[in-house]
Amino acid sequence: MAKIDAVMGWKKLDLGCVIRQPGSSRTFKTGDWRSQRPVVDRDKCIKCGLCWVYCPDLAMVPAEEGYYKVNLDYCKGCGICAKECPKDAITMVLEED
Amino acid sequence: MAKRIGMEVSIAASEAVKLADVDLIAAYPITPQTHIVEHLSEVVADGELDAAFVPVESEHSAMSCCIGSSAAGARTFTATSSQGLALMHEILFIAPAMRLPIVMVVANRALSGPISIWNDHSDIMSEQDIAWIQTFAENGQEVFDLVLHAFRVAEDSKVLLPVIVNLDGFTLSHVIEPIEILDKAEVDKYLPPYKPKVRLDPRKPVSMGMVGIPEIYTEAKKATDEALINSKKVVLKAWKEFGDLFGRYYNPVESYKTEGAEVILITMGSISETAMTAIDKMREKGMPVGLVRFRLWKPFPAPEFKKAIAGVQTLAVVDRALSPGGACGPVAEEIKAALYAERGRPKVYNFIAGLGGRDVTVENFEEIVSKAFTYAKKRPKQLYEMIGVREI
Ligand code: SF4
Ligand code: SF4
Repeated sequence: MAKIDAVMGWKKLDLGCVIRQPGSSRTFKTGDWRSQRPVVDRDKCIKCGLCWVYCPDLAMVPAEEGYYKVNLDYCKGCGICAKECPKDAITMVLEED
Repeated sequence: MAKRIGMEVSIAASEAVKLADVDLIAAYPITPQTHIVEHLSEVVADGELDAAFVPVESEHSAMSCCIGSSAAGARTFTATSSQGLALMHEILFIAPAMRLPIVMVVANRALSGPISIWNDHSDIMSEQDIAWIQTFAENGQEVFDLVLHAFRVAEDSKVLLPVIVNLDGFTLSHVIEPIEILDKAEVDKYLPPYKPKVRLDPRKPVSMGMVGIPEIYTEAKKATDEALINSKKVVLKAWKEFGDLFGRYYNPVESYKTEGAEVILITMGSISETAMTAIDKMREKGMPVGLVRFRLWKPFPAPEFKKAIAGVQTLAVVDRALSPGGACGPVAEEIKAALYAERGRPKVYNFIAGLGGRDVTVENFEEIVSKAFTYAKKRPKQLYEMIGVREI
């Protein structure tokens, strides 16, 4: 998990674990426990954006020329995008492949 | 100037809250805490206290509301009893984790079932691990004083933890006692305005109550535990200053006629006064017996307790709650654990008494002490026993 936090000792924690930096969760990369990742086949993609709408982690993001690509820092591999894509343009592949 | 007047203890508790000039009270009425909350809603409605009174729909909401209020930097109070405290259970842990100095009075009452509105300590003893500072009052004056002390300790910048003041339901909450009520100027000398170190403020946004992933949960728990342990210094200092200002000095553990005692009774709360009467009677008969009672319960005042019982071979610990299927009652359990590694530790005998509002009489204490003397010579068969239970 998040390597930065892993080394923090109890004496260094802020009072009541308060977080003073707004938006700091962006630095907390949550994608490392994924077992599968989505791969978009641009030949099939019609740029409808449903994968972007349905992704619960905002990990499917707009890319060049109106396509969508996965941000692997946050993608948890749930497969919702692949399930919802009306053109079956997304395939889930095992992480080790 | 302070005035000594006859007053119901519940009203004295709410008068202390009023004098502390709280900003928000969120509470749900429950017997026997009702008079405290009722009186506070009156003083707010009458404009005697400039505070928000939130009549919540449950104790779960009461504590949730208190957490929001305290996080926003407001001086916050609530009170409850029994089932109400149990309903708060999951939220209780969050207040100390977020370091919020909420003050709560618990008018101690038995937990169902069977349904009982009467006094014992089973409600609060089910909340041993919530990381709140906890004190136990013995009489009405202590209730008034401990509520002010609670705000002072909770909000100290070195503490910032919630505090529970325990008082026995009915036996304390509903009796009228002569109580010295301090005036506002005196209270102001003792209790400065609350200055939060960090609070929810749109001009300076922070996030509170975040997720503790496995990499940080242990550290977060350690930090809270350390804060609770270290709070004792401030607890003691705040009692010392209270005594210097108003002449009433309090200690985490109090001793009564322990000199030369062979058996020491251990109690908490209002039964301690009956226990002292029993000690006087037994001492007159020449029995070497004394009393030690806890005022501070959490953080557990181990050094003070060990000092108070030093040299005594037999302790008779009275528990007002049962730990069914366990080794003994919760107070005895804590004491045994604290003494286990001590060289020449005393024998600890545990007596469960006063469950669900049953009186604990002078005669009960005499029976307990005489049993302890017997057990000191001949080990009892059971790990603990219930006093006054009908064995038929
Ligand atoms: S697999 Fe799940 S988390 Fe990853 S991009 Fe698709 S919908 Fe989002
Ligand atoms: S849902 Fe499928 S077709 Fe629509 S943009 Fe995403 S990948 Fe392309």
